[in-house]
Amino acid sequence: MSDAKVTVTGPGTGSRERMLARIRAAVADAPEAPEPARDYLDTHTADSGVVDLLAENLADYRALVHRTDGAGLPALVGRLLTERGARTVLVPPGLPAPWLAAVPDAVARIEDDPRATAGELDTVDSVVTGCALAIAETGTLVLDGSPDQGRRRITLIPDHHICVVRVPDQVVASVPRAMPRIVPTRALTWISGPSATSDIELDRVEGVHGPRTLEVILVTE
Amino acid sequence: MSGTYLGMPAFPVAAKEAVGNETLRGNLRHATHTIRDKRARAVAELADWDLLREAGKQIKDRTLRHLDRYLLQLEESVTAAGGVVHWAADAEEANRIVADLVKATGEREVVKVKSMATQEIGLNEALAAEGIAAYETDLAELIVQLGEDRPSHILVPAIHRNRGEIREIFRDRMGEWGRAAPDGLSDTPAELAEAARLHLREKFLRAKVGVSGANFMVAETGTLVVVESEGNGRMCLTLPETLISVVGIEKVVPSWRDLEVFLQTLPRSSTAERMNPYTSMWTGTHDSDGPRNFHLVLLDNGRTDTLADEVGRQALRCIRCSACLNVCPVYERAGGHAYGSVYPGPIGAILSPQLRGTRSEIDASLPYASSLCGACYEVCPVAIDIPEVLVHLRERVADQGGKGHRLEKAMMKAAGWVLDHPGVLAAGERAASRTRALHPSKPPGAGAWTDARELPELPPEPFRDWWKKNRGNDRKDSGT
Repeated sequence: MSDAKVTVTGPGTGSRERMLARIRAAVADAPEAPEPARDYLDTHTADSGVVDLLAENLADYRALVHRTDGAGLPALVGRLLTERGARTVLVPPGLPAPWLAAVPDAVARIEDDPRATAGELDTVDSVVTGCALAIAETGTLVLDGSPDQGRRRITLIPDHHICVVRVPDQVVASVPRAMPRIVPTRALTWISGPSATSDIELDRVEGVHGPRTLEVILVTE
Repeated sequence: MSGTYLGMPAFPVAAKEAVGNETLRGNLRHATHTIRDKRARAVAELADWDLLREAGKQIKDRTLRHLDRYLLQLEESVTAAGGVVHWAADAEEANRIVADLVKATGEREVVKVKSMATQEIGLNEALAAEGIAAYETDLAELIVQLGEDRPSHILVPAIHRNRGEIREIFRDRMGEWGRAAPDGLSDTPAELAEAARLHLREKFLRAKVGVSGANFMVAETGTLVVVESEGNGRMCLTLPETLISVVGIEKVVPSWRDLEVFLQTLPRSSTAERMNPYTSMWTGTHDSDGPRNFHLVLLDNGRTDTLADEVGRQALRCIRCSACLNVCPVYERAGGHAYGSVYPGPIGAILSPQLRGTRSEIDASLPYASSLCGACYEVCPVAIDIPEVLVHLRERVADQGGKGHRLEKAMMKAAGWVLDHPGVLAAGERAASRTRALHPSKPPGAGAWTDARELPELPPEPFRDWWKKNRGNDRKDSGT
């Protein structure tokens, strides 16, 4: 069996048919494989601790973590943009208006326009988005392109990303708990800390290509 | 597997050279030990690691057992989501498909996400031959490409280079490929990364065609998954108008839920992180978000041959985490280049000879590039029994013959006959004892195997003769 070479010749046998035939011949004598056991843990964390764990793991991967409530959110967003020295901020189409209510007039708002070129986006300083979900055990934000998050590229090209997470509703403990809550066919970006590389002597450097600064606001509503 | 390192010497020759390079050994030792220790800590955080490992193994085994069914389901899902699926039996066909797709866009350059599959088929070289420039955008791959070098590790391909060497490569070569390195570039990792950021951003922002691989493909939904750290992957996957993904057929998993296993085990096994900074998932094309054209090239290139080997097929479970490289005492000393393939280390030693066959000198030597210590099996997140496959492949290499193996086979055949004929054996033993002063201390033959082994000293008298003389009566008494 080990050196079996299956060759199918004749008309109408393209690579698709040839590959499928080779696969079928290769496994014809293989034992049936059972359904995988899924006796691994659903979570490694107690429900009461998930928000703190999220904050801890985000910070461990060098995201800047802030906490506030619904009333304090607009002022916090305004302050973070001002401290950053942002002159322009990208706004996804469905971002809740109150989130930007306290942004100073000096910071120009730019609506995400599908016609804008990547080069134009490259001139923008900051972007503010929501998220679909956050995973505590891995310190991960999941973006799915919903109106408060926008196209994938707007959280990629600007160098400063502020992401708002509603706690505790949007926080799950673990990857297995996240999967059923994510729509797989959406365009998904999972973000765990800012862009990073360890390619040079394994020294971690933030931001080779993606945003170099990731700020996460955990907001209780 | 084409596009590999033609004319590479066999492993022992290449390894001998590498072992003499002190800088290389220093870089490798530092890197492998650092990642290995971090990985152990990351894995220890999950109390159910062994169960996740077993689940990963079972998911992959089930997928491989019904690979035809899952590939057809994947094809249907991707097509329904607006993608186009191509099937490539070998490297040449895959390269031709990609080149034709690029040409159809009218473009002459592509940006690339680091991909083992496209390295395996030598895509960059094939595109260059068609007048298409392929730019690697992963920092390490950029270092390798600018240095006209070869990758030496699956995860950190420029692990053999230190910061001083990288600075020189950037300073001397960047200008020829695009934006030059800034004047007075120092060798701090932050400054080097910044130089790469500026150099590559220029390419990302104008790119019309992106080429990637994928870590996983979900049959049920048609979703492709790329895990990465830098964001160059996100750039290549979302900014161009056309995206072409070249993916080995073994990368399919049946269901969305299966990802929950691998997204826990892959990052911890490879970069020793709880999760890699960026994971991109896309299903066909998405309205006004990302590429408008998506092509998936499903690559065989020796994988169905590997699947046909009942011991060796487990190598197709590999999720390319590189944990086995970092624990391997042989890799640590020999370095990645000695393996003569894009897949170095223990996994390369079993994967390359299966994908390419064992006819070439380098491929026939790879199953021996191991001490069989088993550390690779211990860390493998999908429980590939690499030592088992190595031994199995050694048998295959020995069976096919070759210089040393012909002599070995002749000796074994002769020994077998002697052992089957007790009278001959006894006579031979007596003759050997009488002539023992004349025996050489090493076995005859010119190979490395005989050089490294001493023959045992023969006793003055064969054991069976001694037994007959001293215990002969007992034997009669016992009636045996």
